[in-house]
Order: sequence, then structure tokens, then C-alpha cells
Amino acid sequence: MSTAQSLHQSRKRKNAVMMALCVIAAGIGLAWLALILGALLYKGLSGVSLAVFTQMTPPPGDAGGLLNAIYGSIVMTIIGIVVGTPIGVLAGTYMAEYGRFSKLTTVVRFINDILLSAPSIIVGLFVYELMVRPMGHFSAIAGAVALSILVIPVVVRTTEDMLNLVPNALREAGTAIGAPRWVVIRSVAYRAALSGIVTGILLAIARISGETAPLLFTALNNQFWSSNLNAPMASLPVTIFQFALSPYEEWQQLAWTGALIITLTVLGLSIIARSLTGRREDR
Amino acid sequence: MSAVSEAATSSAMRTREATVRRFAFTDMVFRAATHASAILVLVLLGGVAISLIAGSWEALSKFGISFLSTESWNPVTENFGALAPIYGTIVTSAIAIVIAVPIGIGIAVFLTELCPRPLRRPIGIAVELLAGIPSIIYGIWGLFVFAPFLQTTIQPFIIWLFKGIPGLNSLFAGPPYGIGLLTSSLILAIMVLPFITSITKDVFDTVPAVLKESAYGIGCTTWEVTRRVTIPYTRVGIMGGVMLGLGRALGETMAVTFVIGNAHRISASLFAPGTTISATIANEFTEADGAIYTSSLVALGLILFIITFIILALARYMLLRIDSRTGA
Repeated sequence: MSTAQSLHQSRKRKNAVMMALCVIAAGIGLAWLALILGALLYKGLSGVSLAVFTQMTPPPGDAGGLLNAIYGSIVMTIIGIVVGTPIGVLAGTYMAEYGRFSKLTTVVRFINDILLSAPSIIVGLFVYELMVRPMGHFSAIAGAVALSILVIPVVVRTTEDMLNLVPNALREAGTAIGAPRWVVIRSVAYRAALSGIVTGILLAIARISGETAPLLFTALNNQFWSSNLNAPMASLPVTIFQFALSPYEEWQQLAWTGALIITLTVLGLSIIARSLTGRREDR
Repeated sequence: MSAVSEAATSSAMRTREATVRRFAFTDMVFRAATHASAILVLVLLGGVAISLIAGSWEALSKFGISFLSTESWNPVTENFGALAPIYGTIVTSAIAIVIAVPIGIGIAVFLTELCPRPLRRPIGIAVELLAGIPSIIYGIWGLFVFAPFLQTTIQPFIIWLFKGIPGLNSLFAGPPYGIGLLTSSLILAIMVLPFITSITKDVFDTVPAVLKESAYGIGCTTWEVTRRVTIPYTRVGIMGGVMLGLGRALGETMAVTFVIGNAHRISASLFAPGTTISATIANEFTEADGAIYTSSLVALGLILFIITFIILALARYMLLRIDSRTGA
């Protein structure tokens, strides 16, 4: 009887210890997020001023802003999304609609999942070999292409997942009134899956707006204002990288402020994306 | 009268036929476009592989297999070897995984078993938001906040603690730079934690309730149910999540570049600066002059590509097995 009781006690104790460890693990995860965001807010906010958004990146030891870097990031992100999204949506459409049961879809899904988590610096090397080396110089358009390659797998994945959630009865109803396949896809399936596909695009924007590695040797960087797509262009992440590793106080401060801008953008986009699909989950 | 209606019918037939043909044509075009896009995804990966092999051909044909086993990385004498970056990549990723896996599983257990229901979603979202933070943010935080903290408090303490113990004293030998292999590993652990957590949580949710309930029914504690039912049932899925996290850690560039120190040597101490494949490429690519230097860096990229491809393929294979089981 007493051995049974002591066994019971030790099992209970072990349970309590392990569960306490799990709670501590969750605490560590949340504390880390809080620490990073806290440091970012503390160091970044002190540098936020109108000049950050209206002035160019300064020479060493001078005051200035991040206007050309912000502009470059926005331009390359937009081009990346505009190029990558249609390809991603179309590929996802093939996988969920025309080729749902084909061998190709299985292979593409597997490869796409690998592309999704492949190191982004590899994509940078690829675009360097593909565009920068033949053209002979770094250019904004090469940076945008590198970003679009990162967009494609994200959009493919969400498009396929969301189209697969559309009930087949909807498609059958469309086909039954004589609509051809692509009209059914366009006016029925896309419409039903719209919020999911938009979520995917938002997540893709969130992903590429903070990407540094693929831009390092495609778009390079630019101290000055440039809207020439055929020339090197500044971007927020690369500017942060350069400024943070510099010994100049002003540059480091601008790097923190830039980091804060990027983080708020990315977190904002992910929260919007989440709320778009979150409602569906709660139902 | 009949001639008129006949003409009307036949013209209606014609327009109908034309419409059907037009529909068939547009459908074919659309289908071809989607098909081409799907194939483009395959072409992309193939293109990456081909361009990396082409770009690294010069270095690989000059150094051959010894590229993998040479530690020296000397741009002046143009003698390059990948051993130090490979060592750094593997060591930092391995330590990161060892730290992140228990914490990640702990958080997943917390979220599925212990967390009060109203808090479950917000905490899950918060952990996933960690995954969305761009790696450069971890890098700048690591360089300015985390590394100085390690340098002034943790590292001197550890060096003092293990001073007299053989083995450990060379593993944690000073001086405390703050940046180095261990700092990179810790940053990587923070970065892969959300991936491991969210996948583990997802696979934990696939355990049939009846299995857990029957274990609880015979009097198991929460820990025993987790240890004996949930984890064995989801082992393959957890492994998949771990591999996915490992793939991320191996290829992670910016966060590591900030805090690794970029030194091409292999030292026993985890406090010493080192380098990884991705950090070497990020640091040196734009400054590399000479074809053989650039080519050697691309060759490093090829090695990284092969390693991550294998790891990620294994991860996907394991996760697919979990998916097919729940689908059945």
C-alpha cells in the first residue's frame, strides 16, 4: 500500500516538474519576443523623425534619413510581387484545379515546399549568375527578380491550399449551367478562395520586405536617390546591414530606426493576413 | 415562314458553335498558362542547381575534392577551402537545434495541454509572429544587445566556471568577444524555435482524442500521456519539424553574419569567432575580385544548396507521412 502511494506521489511530482518546465519554455518564448521588440522600440523610436522619411541616406558622420532606401524597398517589393504573384497563382491553380490528381502536381508540391524554405542567399547567387553577370552590372531589376523568386513558392502554397478548400459542389453548379472550366475557376473558385489568396500575397510581401541576403549582390546598394531600374538601388534591409556594421553613431541610429520600420511593416502585414483567415478558423 | 425560322436557327447554331469554340480556346489557353507556371516552379529549382554548378565549375575543377577538406581561405594566394565555413555551419546549426527542440516541444505541450483556452490562440500567434520577424532584425539585436550582454556577464562566468575542467575549458576558452560561434547558435535557436513549435503543435493536434482519453482513463498523468502517447504517435512529424528548423538554421544568413565574427579558422572554443557558408558569401561576394575567388564562393553556395536540399527533402517526406496518415 505504501509503495503504491509513494509511486503515485513520485508520478505526480514528475508530472508537476515536467509541466512546470513546459510553462517555463512558453515563458522563455514569449519573453524573447518581448525582449527583441522592446529593444527595437527603445532604440528605434528615439531616431524617428520627419527627416527619416524626407532625406537621403547621409555620408558617414552626417545626419540624414532613409528616403532613398525606403523608396527602393517599395519599388523592388512591388515589382517582385507583380512578377511573382501571377505565376504563383496560376501554378497553384493548376495544382488544385486542372491537375489535382496528376503526377506533376505531387512533384511540383514537393519542389515548391523545398523552395519555400531554401536559403534566400542561394536565390541571390542564382540571380547573380542569371542576370548580373550577363548584364555586367548590379541592377534594381535583378533585385526585384530575386524577390519575385521568393514570392512564387509562398503564393503557390496558399493558392493551392485555399482552392482545395472550395467545395466541389460549387464547381459542379458552375459547370452544370454550361460555364467552361476556366470561367468556373475565375468566377467561382477564385471568388470563394479570394481572402485566402490575398492572405498568401500579404505573407509574401511580409517575407520579401525584410529580405536582405538576395539583394546583397543583385540590387547592391546606392548612397543616392535613384529611380533607374537598370542601376544599383538602395533598399532598407541592405542599408540597415551596412549602417549597423559601421562605426558611425548616426548610421547605427538610422539602422535601428530602419529595423523598427521594417518590423512594424512585417508584423502589421502578418496580423492583417491572419485576421483575414482567422475568422474562417473560428467558425 | 419556315425558311426564316430555319435561317434563324442555323445562325443561332453558328453563334452557339462559335461561342463554344471560343470557350474551348480560352479554356485551353488558360490551362496551358497554369500548366506552364507549374512547370516553371520545377524549372526554377533546376535553374538554381545548374547555375550554381556552372558558376562553381572553375573552383571545383581547380581544387577538386580537396576543396571540402582544406581549411585555408586565402584570397591573396587564391587558395580556397571550404572546411572552416562547413564546420561553422554545422556546429552552429547543431547547437541551435539542441537548444530549440526541447523548448519548442515544451511550448507545444504547453499550448495543447496546459494553456487556458482563451490564451491559446494569442500565445500561438505571438510565437508565430517570432517566425515572421526578418532575420536582419535578429542580427542587429544580436550585435548590439545580445552579444555585449554575453560578453560582459555570461561568458566570463562560464569561462571562470569551467577553468579547471579539462575538455570543457578548451570548449569555453576565452577571451570573451561576445560575438562568435556560441552567440550565433543562440540567435539561430531563437530563430528556429517558432518553426519547430508551430509544426509540433500542429502534429500534436492530429493525435486522436480517443487515444489520449483512454490513457487518461487508466489514470495516466498529463506528462505520461505526452511521453507515452502523444510523442510516440507524432514522432515522424516532430522529426519533420526539427529537420525543417535545421534547414532554416543551415541557410540562415543575415542574423549569423552580424554575430559570427567572420574568421576563416576552426577553433575548439565555442567563444571564438568563426564563419558559416552563408555568412562568408554575404560578407565577401561583392568584394571578391578574381574569377577563382567568386567561383569559390559560388561553390560554397552549391554545398549549402545540396545540404539544405537533402535536409528539407527529408523533412517534407516525414511531414507527408503524417499527412497521409491523418488523411486516411
